[in-house]
Amino acid sequence: MSKYNLTHLKELESEAIYVIREVFAQFEKPGILFSGGKDSIVVTHLARKAFWPARIPFPLVHIDTGHNFPETIAFRNDLAKEIGAELVVPLVQESIDKGRVREETGKDASRNWLQITTLLDAIEENGFDALMGGARRDEEKARAKERFFSHRDDFGQWDPKNQRPELWNIFNGKKNFGEHFRVFPISNWTEMDVWQYILSENIAIPSLYIAHNRDVIRRGGTWLPNSEFIKLREGEEIVNKKIRFRTLGDITITGGDESDADTLEKIVAEVAAARQTERGNRADDKRSETSMEDRKKEGYF
Amino acid sequence: MDNTYLDMELLRFTTAGSVDDGKSTLIGRLLYDSKSIFEDQLDQVETSSKKRGLDHTDLALLTDGLRDEREQGITIDVAYRYFATPKRKFIIADTPGHIQYTRNMVTGASTANLALILIDARHGVVEQTCRHSFIASLLQIPHLVVCINKMDLVDYSEEVFEKIKAQYESFAAKLDVHDIRFIPISALKGDNVVNKSEKMSWYQGSTLLYTLENIHIASDQNHIDCRFPVQTVIRPKQDEYHDFRGYAGRVAGGVFKKGDEVAVLPSGFTSKIQAIHTMTGEIDEAFAPMSVTMTLEDDIDLGRGDMIVRTHNRPDVSQEVDIMLCWFNQTGPMPRAKFTLMHASNEVKAMINKVQYKLDINTLHRNEEDLDIKMNDILRVSVRTTKPLMKDSYRKNRLTGSVILVDDATNETVAAGMII
Repeated sequence: MSKYNLTHLKELESEAIYVIREVFAQFEKPGILFSGGKDSIVVTHLARKAFWPARIPFPLVHIDTGHNFPETIAFRNDLAKEIGAELVVPLVQESIDKGRVREETGKDASRNWLQITTLLDAIEENGFDALMGGARRDEEKARAKERFFSHRDDFGQWDPKNQRPELWNIFNGKKNFGEHFRVFPISNWTEMDVWQYILSENIAIPSLYIAHNRDVIRRGGTWLPNSEFIKLREGEEIVNKKIRFRTLGDITITGGDESDADTLEKIVAEVAAARQTERGNRADDKRSETSMEDRKKEGYF
Repeated sequence: MDNTYLDMELLRFTTAGSVDDGKSTLIGRLLYDSKSIFEDQLDQVETSSKKRGLDHTDLALLTDGLRDEREQGITIDVAYRYFATPKRKFIIADTPGHIQYTRNMVTGASTANLALILIDARHGVVEQTCRHSFIASLLQIPHLVVCINKMDLVDYSEEVFEKIKAQYESFAAKLDVHDIRFIPISALKGDNVVNKSEKMSWYQGSTLLYTLENIHIASDQNHIDCRFPVQTVIRPKQDEYHDFRGYAGRVAGGVFKKGDEVAVLPSGFTSKIQAIHTMTGEIDEAFAPMSVTMTLEDDIDLGRGDMIVRTHNRPDVSQEVDIMLCWFNQTGPMPRAKFTLMHASNEVKAMINKVQYKLDINTLHRNEEDLDIKMNDILRVSVRTTKPLMKDSYRKNRLTGSVILVDDATNETVAAGMII
């Protein structure tokens, strides 16, 4: 490669840092939507790089459904402390207690939809005008249509058919009072890019991504972790398996894969050989053909 | 585990075309043959195709993800697709060719190194071929690859290929593109896409994938004219960096080195680069498109919207600018309307003073009579700004030569333009 040429990972990194700095420059009160998953961890890492040697100028906003992996919460607290970032943790339980939302009932009840209300309320209460997330265009077909700077109206809704065109590296973050933006700095990254970047930058990730032994239940073609929120159905049994998670969502809806990948190098090799998409084990995406679009229009991440 | 993945380059290319010229088939083949389609995605697409009564697997359903797109079987918006081979990572901006075609094609083209143009061997060069090629030229995409597709339907005839090539070349003589390649392919049968065709031994050139993997893109960036638009100023509040005043931005052109004499525009003050910082340490030089933070030897009043350049090589600083404008919005501008013009990290108020001519993108004819601005129009206009722009011609630098216009009432991006 010639001297003045970046590798694709460096180019993606540089693009993401540029976008994050635009957010800082164009908005009054931006934040990072932090789920504890690898993508939002990478965005947080990039934000540190963007403003170094200054501290990261954004709070980490974590919508806490109460259905978390304990490992995720521990990781979140440690990271915020290490980088000196403020933590904002709106609770879904609080939205339920206040009567803003009602807990789902039925067989596949989850708190996935409920967090939309908690998120939108938190945006209003904290006055956030831009929230950055780790969504990537390659992970889901509705996300493939996302802009870097994605406008939300004063109801927090996304209008996918009326998005602003984005040309060169000019980002239009203009909005009216009460509206906000969702910004996706790693839009152009693939799952493979994320893992390669984590490996080459040696970024810490929750142990859940690494193969480990865990009590699990076979359900919906995947290994669902056993937890206090799960009720065994007829014919189901708890078994102990060596598994790892490719994505992290609520403990109630995130399935794991059997795996021996207990180092980052092995994970990268596993991702390279994977024949299933990473969200294939996410019950929240399986509700309908357009469930992600439907949730996004309402204000989902 | 080998590290080839860490040595890959990124190539961004754009495609455009109508529903039946085989574009989806071609993209599907590139994705499929490079193992970028997953089994559950393919299963889903197969199920959806059946549900729609199709007798083939419609790979467009992979990224036509919006409810309306799937229901109507059309692509509404630019779709981005990703694939990688051991040599390069590719980003495809797949742009639909109807309704807001200018907006979609221009958007996709704005970041592309290469445009893939598909011609149906049975029909030769058609209006849409010209339109797409012209936009590629207008947006200064450095490389054009013209795929003459469906060769299987014309008996893999060399004569047909040569005739279309000549037809295209005579049209392309009017364009400002310097690297055009022609490849006879059959996306459906796979000829010359990934593997060399056995049916076209008369073709001595490379396959499409080989071309995409090997075309020289390192010199697509401007490494001569140093331009550093300042995005923001970094002032840590920690004691150890008490006097640190860093200028954060992404190099838009040229190579900046520690110790270089630089000028700051528009003020004109000069200083020297004290250091170029990244979180992993200081570096000696920064080039496009790197995101870095610079410190200067002197304390200068400098902030977002300003530009750091070399003292002996400066952009034009002016409030009058001629622009090739692409109008995106459904409604044209009100007479004497004011806009916010965004350029690099700068923002100014602007007004269109004069429309010089409108360009017919199918014939390249300049229309000086009908100067009414409508959606999809491409026009040459003179614009006046309230504050000076530090500008280059778009030909010289795509990043310091491009602007967008934002309507202050609706906040919408209504137009994009290339500085002449």
